[in-house]
Amino acid sequence: MLRDIFNKKRKYATISKQAEREDVPEGLMMKCPSCRKIYYRKELEKNNLICLNCDHHHPMSAKERINALMDANTFEEWDVQLTSANPLEFPDYIEKVEKDQKKTGMNEAVMTGKGKINGYESAIAVMDSRFRMGSMGSVVGEKISRAIEKAREERLPIIIFTASGGARMQEGVLSLMQMSKTSVALERFSRSGGLFISYMTHPTTGGVSASFASLGDYNFAEPKALIGFAGRRIIEQTIREKLPDDFQTAEFLYKHGQLDRVIHRSEMKKILTTILDIHQDGGDRS
Amino acid sequence: MKKNVLPFEKPVVELREKIAELKKISGDSEVDLTEEIGRLEERLEHLEREVYENMAPWDRVQMARHAERPTTLDYIEQLFTDFLEMHGDRYHSDDEAIVGGIAKFNGQPVTVVGHQRGKDTKENIRRNFGMPHPEGYRKALRLMYQAEKFDRPIITFIDTKGAYPGKAAEERGQSEAIAKNLREMAGLTVPIICIVIGEGGSGGALGISVGDKLFMLENSTYSVISPEGAAALLWKDSNLAKKAAESMKITSYDLKELGVIDGVIEEVQGGAHRDIDSQANKIKEVIESSLHELSQLSEQELLDQRWRKYEKIGSTTSVLERTETPVN
Ligand SMILES: [Zn+2]
Repeated sequence: MLRDIFNKKRKYATISKQAEREDVPEGLMMKCPSCRKIYYRKELEKNNLICLNCDHHHPMSAKERINALMDANTFEEWDVQLTSANPLEFPDYIEKVEKDQKKTGMNEAVMTGKGKINGYESAIAVMDSRFRMGSMGSVVGEKISRAIEKAREERLPIIIFTASGGARMQEGVLSLMQMSKTSVALERFSRSGGLFISYMTHPTTGGVSASFASLGDYNFAEPKALIGFAGRRIIEQTIREKLPDDFQTAEFLYKHGQLDRVIHRSEMKKILTTILDIHQDGGDRS
Repeated sequence: MKKNVLPFEKPVVELREKIAELKKISGDSEVDLTEEIGRLEERLEHLEREVYENMAPWDRVQMARHAERPTTLDYIEQLFTDFLEMHGDRYHSDDEAIVGGIAKFNGQPVTVVGHQRGKDTKENIRRNFGMPHPEGYRKALRLMYQAEKFDRPIITFIDTKGAYPGKAAEERGQSEAIAKNLREMAGLTVPIICIVIGEGGSGGALGISVGDKLFMLENSTYSVISPEGAAALLWKDSNLAKKAAESMKITSYDLKELGVIDGVIEEVQGGAHRDIDSQANKIKEVIESSLHELSQLSEQELLDQRWRKYEKIGSTTSVLERTETPVN
């Protein structure tokens, strides 16, 4: 599941010190991987990290996504204290998690909570691919399940932004079981009439794709996002055939009837607001 | 030497063959070898216990993949009466990597679903080596909805290397097919008993294994990725599969310890293929007691118990102290 992601370079590269003059701080500039244009990061941030030249959607951190979507000062974060407990006693695993905690300021690869979108209150979970490639281990599964459960209790809709390479190998079968766990939570939520919007961003593959990401009442994706069950290289090796360039892109899935819409990031807030508005009355059977 | 002998059991098989040879000589000639044979048989018994009671995870992987290992249809024949296979997902085709249908278990109507490997190359091609496409999962779900409608318990057998990684599978929504089964199985108002009989490979295994009870045959495996795949990923060397089989914790006993399964179903000595009658009997006992236990619950109690079961799976701690302020 993860293999493809491992071998892929980061989607945007921060310009290394050797490449830039000494006085340009690391991370200040970034290069669009699609059109190779170099930008000030600030400039791109103002445009929701969409390339001004070629429209490429750069990955957003969980925090950036929440800031772009939710009304100021309305977000309340949940379960910030949870962390992984190395169940398979994998060497260096905890160190790797701690390193990513420092790097991202997050406790795990997903940020959960609730807040308001143009005044409409909603629960939200946003995965962050910088944290262990967004892979789903016990903490990710637990945080997402708890967010779904809390949304059910508080009768809120839930929006989940996915960005994940799939399972967290170092947690073995427990990682796999998070697929069932989150799906079971969604069944209970759905049964009570809850609204779930799945919003897939680059990349959404493997175990996340084959569980909650595909279970939205509405399934959306960002343009060009990689979405799929099996890795491209594994499929090519299995069927001994070269796959088309657009294979497993959001547009490919849309064409095959797997998505309701592919949504340009500039439309994200507007469309989600419309859906929350349409759903604000009724729909609660419990 | 007979084929299908696993490396770790070679000494056992060699000794067994030697005994057989001596018996043949003894029968053909005037020489009395009874004493010698008796001694060797005693040694064999001892050796068998030593070898089969100390199987390493990698030995179990080999056993789970054994060419003669009983398949879903083998167990169906042993465990049920009146089995009628039903076909097709009603959308696209009939995926023969998953079989399913209706039957009776001790006289009680049930629905049975399971992955199906082939016994030879020809059958394996037809059954895609037991690796389902989306239509396999959709057929399974169709049969399970039907089970709910007619209030029949569901019994599933898990035995797959994984869902098929193919182009058509992706086009037709492999992810969605599996995901939907996970969610829908969580809400079916009839008892669901799942038994891993061979390899439980990743999401493809999971797609028919959400339920009230999950058991594993002693020498079956359940993993997020094959040992070969894990080795390639973690250490860039698929030859380290043996090591991966150990560190990934994929055996029945590992999963029991991790709190993922309800129980291990002991195998007959030397593996399930050595005596399918006895093996089926051991499985039968487990299905009987599970059905009995679950039949005591109301629909709501059944669902509540199932939800709670999955709520608990995972391994997290709450020791992390953060001073970060929330965003925005
Ligand atoms: Zn660009």
